[in-house]
Amino acid sequence: MRGRYLPVAAFAGLIVAIQMATHFTGSGYHLTQLTMSAYYSLLAIGLCLLVGYAGQISIGHAGFFAIGGYLSALLTTHDLSAHKGTALMWLAKAGVLSSRTGLYGGDLLTVHPWAACLVAIVATVGVAYAVGGPVLKLKGHYLAMATLGFGTIVYRIVLGSALVGGADGLSEVPPFSLLPGLEVSSRASLRVQNYYLAWGLVIGGMMLLLNLIHSRTGRALSAIHGAEDAADAMGIPTARYKLNTFVLSAAYAGLAGVLLTHFNGGIGPSEASIMKSVRYVAIVAIGGMANLWGALLMSLLLNYLSLRGYFGTYDDAVFGGILILIMLFAPEGLLRRQLFGELRNLFSRDVAEEAP
Amino acid sequence: MGKRLGAGVLVLLGLMWLSVGAEAGEPIRIGAILSVTGPASFLGAPEARTLEMVVEEQNKKGGVLGRKIELIVKDSGASPEKAFSFAKQLIEEDKVFAIIGPSTSGETMKIKSVAEVGKTILLSCAAAEVIVNPVAKYVFKTPQKDSDAAVKIFQQMKMMNISKIGALSSNTGFGQAGEAQIMKLAPEHGITVLANEVYDKAASDLTAEVTKVKAAGVEAILNWSIEPAQAIVIKNARQIGFKGPIFQSHGFGNIKYVEVAGEAAEGVLFPAGRLLVADGLPNTNPQKALLIKYKKDYESKYKEEASTFGGHAYDAFIILVKAIEKAGKADKEAVRATIEQLSGVVGTGGVFNFSATDHNGLNVDAFEMLTVRKGKFVPLAN
Amino acid sequence: MGLNSDLFFQYVVAGITYGTIYAVVAIGFNIIYNATGIINFAQGEFVMLGGMTAVTLSRFLPLPVAILGAVAVTTVIGAVVEILFIRWLRGPSVLRMIIITIGVSILVREVALHVWGESIRALPYFTGTSVTSIKMGNVYISPQVLWVVGISAVAVVALSAFFNYTMLGRQMRACAANRDAARLCGISAKNMVTLSFMLSAGIGALGGCIVSPITYVQYDSGTPLAIKGFTVAILGGLGNSAAAVGAGMILGILESFSIWVLPAAYKEVISISLLLLILFIRPSGIFGSAEASRLKEF
Repeated sequence: MRGRYLPVAAFAGLIVAIQMATHFTGSGYHLTQLTMSAYYSLLAIGLCLLVGYAGQISIGHAGFFAIGGYLSALLTTHDLSAHKGTALMWLAKAGVLSSRTGLYGGDLLTVHPWAACLVAIVATVGVAYAVGGPVLKLKGHYLAMATLGFGTIVYRIVLGSALVGGADGLSEVPPFSLLPGLEVSSRASLRVQNYYLAWGLVIGGMMLLLNLIHSRTGRALSAIHGAEDAADAMGIPTARYKLNTFVLSAAYAGLAGVLLTHFNGGIGPSEASIMKSVRYVAIVAIGGMANLWGALLMSLLLNYLSLRGYFGTYDDAVFGGILILIMLFAPEGLLRRQLFGELRNLFSRDVAEEAP
Repeated sequence: MGKRLGAGVLVLLGLMWLSVGAEAGEPIRIGAILSVTGPASFLGAPEARTLEMVVEEQNKKGGVLGRKIELIVKDSGASPEKAFSFAKQLIEEDKVFAIIGPSTSGETMKIKSVAEVGKTILLSCAAAEVIVNPVAKYVFKTPQKDSDAAVKIFQQMKMMNISKIGALSSNTGFGQAGEAQIMKLAPEHGITVLANEVYDKAASDLTAEVTKVKAAGVEAILNWSIEPAQAIVIKNARQIGFKGPIFQSHGFGNIKYVEVAGEAAEGVLFPAGRLLVADGLPNTNPQKALLIKYKKDYESKYKEEASTFGGHAYDAFIILVKAIEKAGKADKEAVRATIEQLSGVVGTGGVFNFSATDHNGLNVDAFEMLTVRKGKFVPLAN
Repeated sequence: MGLNSDLFFQYVVAGITYGTIYAVVAIGFNIIYNATGIINFAQGEFVMLGGMTAVTLSRFLPLPVAILGAVAVTTVIGAVVEILFIRWLRGPSVLRMIIITIGVSILVREVALHVWGESIRALPYFTGTSVTSIKMGNVYISPQVLWVVGISAVAVVALSAFFNYTMLGRQMRACAANRDAARLCGISAKNMVTLSFMLSAGIGALGGCIVSPITYVQYDSGTPLAIKGFTVAILGGLGNSAAAVGAGMILGILESFSIWVLPAAYKEVISISLLLLILFIRPSGIFGSAEASRLKEF
């Protein structure tokens, strides 16, 4: 039991070490990209559970991210002042609405971020249940196409609707105030807090997934991934497990969307694009399909580098290239479990060392 | 497990060490966030090339106030998250003096508050009116106003006795902003919009959309887009036998669109900056010398025709340089205030006159009504 | 506004135009799928490459030669792609194949960006110009549309003949039906796979050339076409090229008429919704059979 959480502690240590390093080199601005990476990583580990452990392909997960992000953005920026006299005011009494001044003056009456977040997550989960049912009955290419189709529909809807800003998206999304003095936003003065908040959330999410994998659910998912018909024959309710995994990974994605939107102060249709979905799958693939830690570390690294413009104009090419190389030469991913065993074999003359 | 994490820490620390970067010494750092690749590359790539060319030229002249200019170009690929991340990076880490770009309105809106909070001058190359309305102290834009373009078009239509039109716009920020202006301003100029269709920027054929518009019995078509798909609208309209005039927006200012539209582009009318017809301008025109020089330099260096899009970045740069020189020091607040006092600045888009409430500086005179004759842009001789 | 017969037929013509474009891409998918069980997400890039190469070649070669040249070059690229990335995989999972072809698609697109730049290009119309149109009653058709339909029809017939009457074609079909049995008969499965990629690339390139005068070609114009293309392939039934033509027409006409009732911005939602509907209700496609829809193995 304790052994399972050792990697978690080590990772937490890594997070702290990075922050200390930026503190002592006076380069705290890195934390911005690292925090954005954290939220993308939240999506990545959820997707890893679905694609790697349960074996269900999804190349439309950016759609869930977008549903979460757009709903919270819409609710926290849409001005309800016009409805001041109407029945909508019972919402204000329930504490759901908040009054604030917009960025350029002017009074705004919008939904409070907490309420918006709740609505966004519930909606994401709802859509996942509705879509997951029919979609997960499919397999292989058909499943991939269906998830691609789902992602494309979300993209088209947000791109085509003036209500959510069309091609320009929504901006001036207010910070998400959690406690007095602590809010999810990109303000330089709150960099360190936001960094720990984001990664703390990811670590929490990670622990949840680790528990899941080592429980009966995890074993059932392995069975389903390996041989679905056999699992079925053994009495495992495969459809229910697949659906719940799908919904859980969608919830992770939706939450990531909500929080990143508040951090960035806005969201655009590009967050729902197929290219984004492909990137998420690429990160899971590179980290090792059924390897949560691999997905997490790769997501941290690749998103950080991409957001800093490290790859310049070759950003997409790098992802495409990595995808191909990994799939050709290391289909289990770079950080797969057998890797250290293999490396050890390479360097030692011992015969037949078992993988950890 | 420990080994893996240890290696990871080292790698990350190493990367961060490498990217801590140069110190802010003598050179004036200018950042640029442009969509060099990706869905808006036809905007960002010419803008990036123009900036590189014009910074190099300025540095040959000794820079600004005796200090060289260091240009940092970031390719955002039209992605607002990247634009946001780069804006933060440029402002907080590279500590740039000013940022030129982004190329699209969606990205600009995302970083408008970042620039404002970071007290860094932002000269956007995107067209949306909301960038400068409401006015943010540090945010400016160089492309002409959509509303002025629409007004110019409507004035032309009035002269041609056209009162019933069909509007087609693309589903991009530029297209939608234009559509809003069309619907708002048409009634004021006595124009009725009988049909209003939005088309997808990645469409391969738009015959059905154009058919629907033609069937409404319109006298002219107004096609508002900055994307290549606008050429398809023109082709399809002529192919289904629409004989009335076709108007385009100032997003048509790229000769490649004319090439792709072929014969169909003959006689298309659109408002544009005078860059495209620089040679034919009278010598008394204040913009002529600058336009000819820009065209010559760009075309000889990059072996392709200059478009009005690259010109927006050019204007941003010269406005910045003029303001720094006039302010006499590279101080952000001082230069910002100086920009607001600039007037009569000759650029590719027009002659700029800024004020505290006008952070764009151009009005309807920035536009010249152009048309296409034998595959070339020429001024419309009324 | 009522839908009179002129408008109706104009929409039909528009629908046939879109439909043929989609069908050509779908046929490319089906060829590879039949031989290998892979859905090649990079198919759209073959179409784009055909158009781009033809434009470059047409600068110093007469148009028909340029087109043939472009098809030849793209066919070779198809072979190279297969040899480099697909040939030596052993029993890969579906997910792996999907990811590899997506990766190839991204890579080809980025290479095209750095080779040709971001500007748009188009081939000249084969006959006439961008304004000529043939008037049938009150309906206008651009001659290029007739070229597209005509050449596609010829290509489909030629493919059919190839698969039914030539030795090579029959070998490919044998391989598709039962790989091990085919191998026992001395057919080299590996070469058949390469051949299928080459054929697919060639057809895609031809499609790109004939369609480019109507639209335009740009380094990233492959992906939207690919999505429509495999929507049509699945609609007709994966692997069934004749059905792909029919499904293409159906989708094209549906999209075309949708303009009349929906805002044009939602036109794309039609094809995706149709795709999802078919996947949920009848994954074997409109014209497919349940047995044929059992996924092939690589």
